[in-house]
Amino acid sequence: MMPGITDVPSAGEPGLSTTAERKIVTASAGEAPGKDWVIVARGLTREYDMGGEIVRALRGVDIAIRRNEYVAIMGPSGSGKSTLMNLIGCLDTPTAGEYWLNGMLVSDMNDDELARIRNREIGFVFQTFNLLPRASALHNVELPLVYGGVPGAERRKRAEEALDSVGLSDRKLHRPNELSGGQRQRVAIARALVNRPSILLADEPTGNLDSTTSAEIMNVFEQLAESGQTVIMVTHEAEIAAHAKRVVVLRDGMVESDDRREKFAARISG
Amino acid sequence: MHLLDAIRLAFQTLRVQKLKSFFTLVGVTIGVMFLIAVVSIVEGMGSYMENDFVAKLIGTNTFQLRRFPSISDASESEWREWVRRPRITFDDAKEVAAALPPGAMWSVESSDNIAIESRFSRPRELEASAVDGDYFRIRNMEVAQGRLISPQELALGSRVVVIGQEIATRFFPRLNPIGRTLKVGGTSYEVIGVAAKQGSIFGISLDRFVIAPASSPLQRIVNPHGLIDGMKVKMPTTEGMFDTRETVRQVMRARHKLRPSQPDNFVMETSESALEFWKKIEGNLVIAGVILPAIALIVGALVIMNIMLVAVSERTREIGIRKAIGAKYRDILAQFLVEATTLSIIGAAIGVALGIILSQAIAALSPLPASVAPWSIITGILVGAGVGVVAGVYPASRAARLDPIVALRAE
Ligand SMILES: Nc1ncnc2c1ncn2[C@@H]1O[C@H](COP(=O)(O)OP(=O)(O)O)[C@@H](O)[C@H]1O
Ligand SMILES: [Mg+2]
Repeated sequence: MMPGITDVPSAGEPGLSTTAERKIVTASAGEAPGKDWVIVARGLTREYDMGGEIVRALRGVDIAIRRNEYVAIMGPSGSGKSTLMNLIGCLDTPTAGEYWLNGMLVSDMNDDELARIRNREIGFVFQTFNLLPRASALHNVELPLVYGGVPGAERRKRAEEALDSVGLSDRKLHRPNELSGGQRQRVAIARALVNRPSILLADEPTGNLDSTTSAEIMNVFEQLAESGQTVIMVTHEAEIAAHAKRVVVLRDGMVESDDRREKFAARISG
Repeated sequence: MHLLDAIRLAFQTLRVQKLKSFFTLVGVTIGVMFLIAVVSIVEGMGSYMENDFVAKLIGTNTFQLRRFPSISDASESEWREWVRRPRITFDDAKEVAAALPPGAMWSVESSDNIAIESRFSRPRELEASAVDGDYFRIRNMEVAQGRLISPQELALGSRVVVIGQEIATRFFPRLNPIGRTLKVGGTSYEVIGVAAKQGSIFGISLDRFVIAPASSPLQRIVNPHGLIDGMKVKMPTTEGMFDTRETVRQVMRARHKLRPSQPDNFVMETSESALEFWKKIEGNLVIAGVILPAIALIVGALVIMNIMLVAVSERTREIGIRKAIGAKYRDILAQFLVEATTLSIIGAAIGVALGIILSQAIAALSPLPASVAPWSIITGILVGAGVGVVAGVYPASRAARLDPIVALRAE
């Protein structure tokens, strides 16, 4: 839960941080956004049919994210963060609305096309790491390249480079259960980056880590964002969200606020 | 994902789950093992029948004129008709022999178990044959010692015999039998030849015989009143076979005074007609021999399917991870199909090895000759692969259809 958000009225137009973003999302439906925009969601809606009762997890979310942005998505439990993550990560398709990823209209794609997009464009980092327990760190990192059809030798080389970049050169052949939580999350980050995705999508990446390790992992994200990687992170912790340059707050399936970090920080410190 | 990656993955999983994998293979292994063993035994018997048994019994380009078939699975009523048929006589044989084209060979033979004794051994009932015509040439029989019965001796009914190797060692232990006396049915015969070794069929020795001229006293004991068991005709080539059989048929129909509407009341057996009987048994053996392994294979398939279903539910999370990372429907399908198929091919390969060992053991410990057919090995492996694919399809498609979000939430 996030004390403070509800009683502080949001400054300016809620939901969109700049005019350019407002323009791109309110453009007529079906209009492909320009090259700068990695993510454009227009009126994104996701409903679940629970045996006749309709649960409206997302009720018309408008979001536009530029290349190289570092964005945190916040909100109380049940506000629709995971649902939005799944849609952005192309694991799910919306009930209504448009979702453009890198100029491609994802909302119309079938399962195999979605799998291809996930493989090429998305790098996932999960709260529970989600590594294959019986495979070595190296093999875990190679996996996206296996499904991307990258030949064996190149696969290995790129996986080793990715592990080097997260500082795990000496743990390549270890299995997940032989690694610490922080090391596991580094393997997961290496795996997410190995296919050079358009966006790095992290869902509560520090949720299972102690505070020291959390800081380390947040450092890794910070460096990645600085080097030009687009990062989108879901978290319910304001401190973690404060690492991002931009914070989107969800409530009841809608965007409650969408601000620069400074503005967000000012608001929650009240 | 490439097939090679899928196969590597399958082996990885099998290595980790050795015990479970072992139990998974057992059904397929047993099925394929029995399949190989049964096919090998039937094949072995078959090639034996075709190459040895029938050739020894009848021979190529040869037919046998008989009252009724020598090997058959006749019904009760057929039997009753057969035993009413007139018997074949020496006079029939003479007239048939006279009608044969030049180059054709013929022989007559009547056999029975007769008391045989010598000065060196107690009497024993053993098979003795009274023969005439080109008997030795048709049988391709040669002597190891002494000589064969000459045409003159056949014509005169001389009291001479050619004996098999077992008879020689039994009645003349450590002696040269040539020139010695052998009593056949109470009549003294002079041993003039010992035949070359004939071997055995189904463990029954073929070297236990005594051959004497048909016009010698033996004939009256084995077959009274000028009757014979049968007559053999051998042609130099296959070409003349049909016409010669027709000629013989007409001679016999005339002698038996058959009206055109009446069927033959004799048979002319060739190796093919004797083989037909074998083919019939072989068919039944193969069917019986296939049902047993088939049941084992069905059980094996069900076991694999169940294990794979368990594997899919145990590895739901893994499937979710793979899908999130970009595995398509067919990647997951291939992964589990290849796993099931690899498993059952390994099972089948072990089954092939055990099946070969089993059939060799049967060949060594019983008179049944078993020869492993190369096609049965290939079939065994293919059957294994087929079982894997069939058993794997349902679990694999269940895995491939999983919703990645749901799968990622699994424990
Ligand atoms: N698969 C689902 N079936 C039905 N309802 C769902 C499903 N997933 C999420 N919801 C509902 O949608 C709403 C938003 O959930 P979620 O996106 O998980 O929120 P958050 O991640 O912010 O906690 C909640 O009311 C939740 O119960
Ligand atoms: Mg959630």
